[in-house]
Amino acid sequence: MFDLKGYGPELLDGAVVTVELAFLSLALSLFLGLLGASSKLSGNRIAYGIATFYTTVIRGVPDLVMMLLFYYGGQVMVNSLSDFLYDHYQIDFFFQFDPFISGVVTIGLIFGAYMAETFRGAFLAVDTGQIEAARAYGFTRWHTFRRIMVPQMLRHALPGLGNNWQVLLKSTALVSIIGLTDMVRVAEEAAKAERMPFHFFVPVASVYLLLTAGSELFIKWLNKRANVGVAQGAQNA
Amino acid sequence: MPDFMAQWLNQNDIFTAMTMMEYWNGLVNTIQLVFLSLIIGLMCAIPLAILRTMKNPFISGPVWVYTYLFRGTPLLIQLYIIYYGIAQIPGIQDTFWWEIFREPFYPALLAFALNTCAYTTEIIRGAIVSTPAGEIEAAKAYGMNWWMRMRRLILPSAARRAVQAYSNEVIFMLHSSAIASVVTIVDLTGAARNIYSRFYAPFDAFIFVALIYLTLTFILVFAFRKLENHLLKHQRPVGS
Repeated sequence: MFDLKGYGPELLDGAVVTVELAFLSLALSLFLGLLGASSKLSGNRIAYGIATFYTTVIRGVPDLVMMLLFYYGGQVMVNSLSDFLYDHYQIDFFFQFDPFISGVVTIGLIFGAYMAETFRGAFLAVDTGQIEAARAYGFTRWHTFRRIMVPQMLRHALPGLGNNWQVLLKSTALVSIIGLTDMVRVAEEAAKAERMPFHFFVPVASVYLLLTAGSELFIKWLNKRANVGVAQGAQNA
Repeated sequence: MPDFMAQWLNQNDIFTAMTMMEYWNGLVNTIQLVFLSLIIGLMCAIPLAILRTMKNPFISGPVWVYTYLFRGTPLLIQLYIIYYGIAQIPGIQDTFWWEIFREPFYPALLAFALNTCAYTTEIIRGAIVSTPAGEIEAAKAYGMNWWMRMRRLILPSAARRAVQAYSNEVIFMLHSSAIASVVTIVDLTGAARNIYSRFYAPFDAFIFVALIYLTLTFILVFAFRKLENHLLKHQRPVGS
């Protein structure tokens, strides 16, 4: 059996941290993506402006720079807030900005921007007749959104969503740079201590490979399910 | 230098001429790293993509394995494996390769080139596979051999279809290159990290560098849009 020199349990814990990080950031990015896409399509100029600014800026800056900015900058902001609260209101408040939270927030924010673009395209692919029909039946805007738009756009959004998820999963490795003890960090420390880089990085790489390959199969299955009953003209032609 | 700028630079603790120089060196390093890895990656990707479309599984299989491995794992891990791993290869420290790979720049270049090559191979493969069958039939009917079909028909038309996806890959590579700073290369992000730790000023250091990356991204997007317009000129609607 593969000898991990006693780092096995730590690596396993690290893998769990990686998966948790990925799923929490996915949830945040889906939320932000829906919000961004609906503000882009809302017709409200201010909402459109904010959402466009968000997606443009985020997609133009490297994830690592964002992460460093949030992690170090977030702590400085919390520090000044706690100084302010103490000086003015005598409230003793302190909050340690930890790498996990910064990781979730940054990855969520970054992929929220990508998701927003995916969802925007998917919303536009929904037949306008469907929306008209919903309005004719007296659905409110919120009901139209939730009952008509979201279920129908999901089918169009799935391929893009799957791609984003794959990239997101691999981005979680970056959080080890700001000090989160995920499996990359554990492997790096073990590799340095034991002077065996292949020995520790290859298993970690395999775990990532397993996760991405598994996701690929799952997304394929979801795609098939979502497209049940839809004539696939392009594939038969 | 205009007066107000000199005044502004003098008042400033962080953005002095010295830190500007550091950012500039970082910019040069980033551009070198990204440009070289993209060139190497593209040059390897074209033949690999052709091999990847071959019917013989013993030829296309290994290429598939390569792209699958490099696309399925994070670039950071690939960088770590190459950066820490090369020094551990028995006997390498006695050969001339050690002179090259002792610098962190070259392991990073190798990792980035291998990574971008894997993605580019798949992009080009997709473009080759989607060549309209009729065009290939026509070329065969004209008696073109395989090499001629590739050179005159398949690759040029694949290039047109690939350029959109490739522009994304280039921007992705620019952004991924930020992780070079973890193996002690002072690229743009590395410069920002140094300046942050010297002044403990995260907003100044990182927002400034984010703006530089943003500018680079916009330049790339603009250049690729021009290129796309040029390559797809024949598809433009009449009169526009």
